[in-house]
Amino acid sequence: MTVTKAPTEPPKQRTVRRPGDRIFAGSAQGSGIFILLVLAGVAAFLISEAIPAFTAASEDIPGGDGLTSYVWPLILGTLLGSALALVVATPLAVAIALYITYYAPRRVAATMGYVIDLLAAIPSVVYGFWGLIVLAPALVPFHVWLADNLGFIPFFAGPASTSGRTMLTVGLVLALMILPIISAISREVFSQAPALHREAALALGATRWEMIKMAVLPYGKSGIIGGAMLGLGRALGETMAVAIILSGGAAATLNLVSNSNPSTIASNIALRFPEATGLDVNTLIASGLVLFVITLLVNMLARWVVNRRADFSGAN
Amino acid sequence: MSTATQSAPGTPAQRQEQQSVRSQRRLPRFAPLGLYLGGLALGAALSALTGFSLVTTVIYGVALGTLAVYVAARAVEGRRQATDRLVTCLVTTAFGIAMVPLLSLVYTVVTRGAARFDGAFFSNSMFRVVGEGGGAYHAIIGTLIITALTAAISVPIGLMTAIYLVEYGRGRLKKAITFFVDVMTGIPSIVAGLFAFAFFTLLFGNNVRLGVMGAVALSVLMIPVVVRSCEEVLKLVPNELREASYALGVPKWRTVVKVVLPTAIAGLGTGITLAIARVVGETAPLLITVGLITGTNLNPFDGRMATLPVFAYYQLTQPGTSPQAFLDRAWTAALLLIILVMALNIVARLISRFFAPKSGR
Repeated sequence: MTVTKAPTEPPKQRTVRRPGDRIFAGSAQGSGIFILLVLAGVAAFLISEAIPAFTAASEDIPGGDGLTSYVWPLILGTLLGSALALVVATPLAVAIALYITYYAPRRVAATMGYVIDLLAAIPSVVYGFWGLIVLAPALVPFHVWLADNLGFIPFFAGPASTSGRTMLTVGLVLALMILPIISAISREVFSQAPALHREAALALGATRWEMIKMAVLPYGKSGIIGGAMLGLGRALGETMAVAIILSGGAAATLNLVSNSNPSTIASNIALRFPEATGLDVNTLIASGLVLFVITLLVNMLARWVVNRRADFSGAN
Repeated sequence: MSTATQSAPGTPAQRQEQQSVRSQRRLPRFAPLGLYLGGLALGAALSALTGFSLVTTVIYGVALGTLAVYVAARAVEGRRQATDRLVTCLVTTAFGIAMVPLLSLVYTVVTRGAARFDGAFFSNSMFRVVGEGGGAYHAIIGTLIITALTAAISVPIGLMTAIYLVEYGRGRLKKAITFFVDVMTGIPSIVAGLFAFAFFTLLFGNNVRLGVMGAVALSVLMIPVVVRSCEEVLKLVPNELREASYALGVPKWRTVVKVVLPTAIAGLGTGITLAIARVVGETAPLLITVGLITGTNLNPFDGRMATLPVFAYYQLTQPGTSPQAFLDRAWTAALLLIILVMALNIVARLISRFFAPKSGR
């Protein structure tokens, strides 16, 4: 709809804009702006409900030592569980993505990708059930082994939990939940690696692994990093699985295998919110605000990394 | 291929033959598989020596199998081929590792959930039920109502935004929307719940719990998913169709409604169905906005409602006088959730198969 404003032309010559066009374009643009408003609203409403907790006297906050010492162990727990999940899931997800894109037989590769995607479809509360009833008891010997043999590392200092409801189990379940996210994004960038580079490598006598090392991985590096960070964002905010599995307390400890674990922000909210009243609600919302800020930063960074690659990949 | 430079004894012809044999020395086709299986068997034997258990069998077996393949390839084929085979083993193992929990999870949920997968579960609510019996009728209805409400909010907004991004958007607003929609997909579900709670608390006062609050919270999670998937699909509609329509004098909005959307309908249906599948199992936002009741509440604008995920959660974590009955109901609810999500996924695939535009050229 370019309107040329030549001085000699009478204004009657303008392109006709029908009302239908204007309404439709307007409502489309309105929806887009509405989404931006919602995101701003999420921040605004959280802040407005969190303010009472920021201004309250420190002895009124649950725990009695002020907001910082209430939130700090939760932040530690959140970061600890997510970091563990990321360390476990990233290599596994990259390997799975490689398997599906370059190793699996062509006919079944698509089905395998679909099966891995199913991991993402399972509701987190079901992961929680499974983690609590099946995985936690099954991992108890592993906890004991870690505490006995690797006890000199602070993470495995022990004493080993007898229930298995520890940060280690939580980290492994979280790893399972973010696995499909990382592997889906890695798969996408791996399959976009330029065919010419791959074929050139093979033509020069490279084995399949050398081809992947030389042509695929360098190309897909930023995709892996971005995917891992998106997975991190998901792990940070994961609620129900952690709330069900972890027997959390207020202990700010790095010990992964013992019975005393720091809770995470999200699971703490889920566990306490239904019965909370008064200032407790504001405190929980304040901790939610902290989580929101952390995940927002991680996600923005991840998107920036992923999009930076898209700009020069030639895939678009 | 062969680049050996050391002088081997013998005539040039012999040397050449030796080299060509060397360069082509490969393990027979099924040898790696056989070696791997041999390693597995050895692992089982080793595990049996130290007190048999399935876990150690698999761990020892996979390690020994990989080692056997690597050593054999190293001896016969050389270092580079051996590394290649090692990586093949590792990558395949990684896929296997991911399959174990998936199979275990599905097996557990199906076997434990089957106990109460009966008529009463689908027709009774928990109203005045303290021990055995009862069901999730109220929770199923609640989940359906709230999910429908969520879709009613999210689909128009998400679809219109996607249309804006593809058909109208230009400049910084488009960039901002694209970026923040991406960022929004990463909002933790519990934060979406807190947002809905804070919003409705400001409107209606303290401690309000409504079905529609849950729908608003879920919409925050669902809208970005709808936008992303619809945008991808609309981008695929060929420009020639739009141009042909403009050339016939059709206004832009009718082009979008009558040409672009019908062409993309299969992809749109798939994307929206998958977006619904994404939110139908969400627990955390519903836990803090909708709560739980034991009876059936059909009105999302009046008081608490029961939903399937929250129902499952409380049945597991707050068993009453007869824990087994509560546990059984929890697992059946979990089974129902998985069935629901899988069914939505399958429906999405079927939509994309049957409504795909005819690509006869």
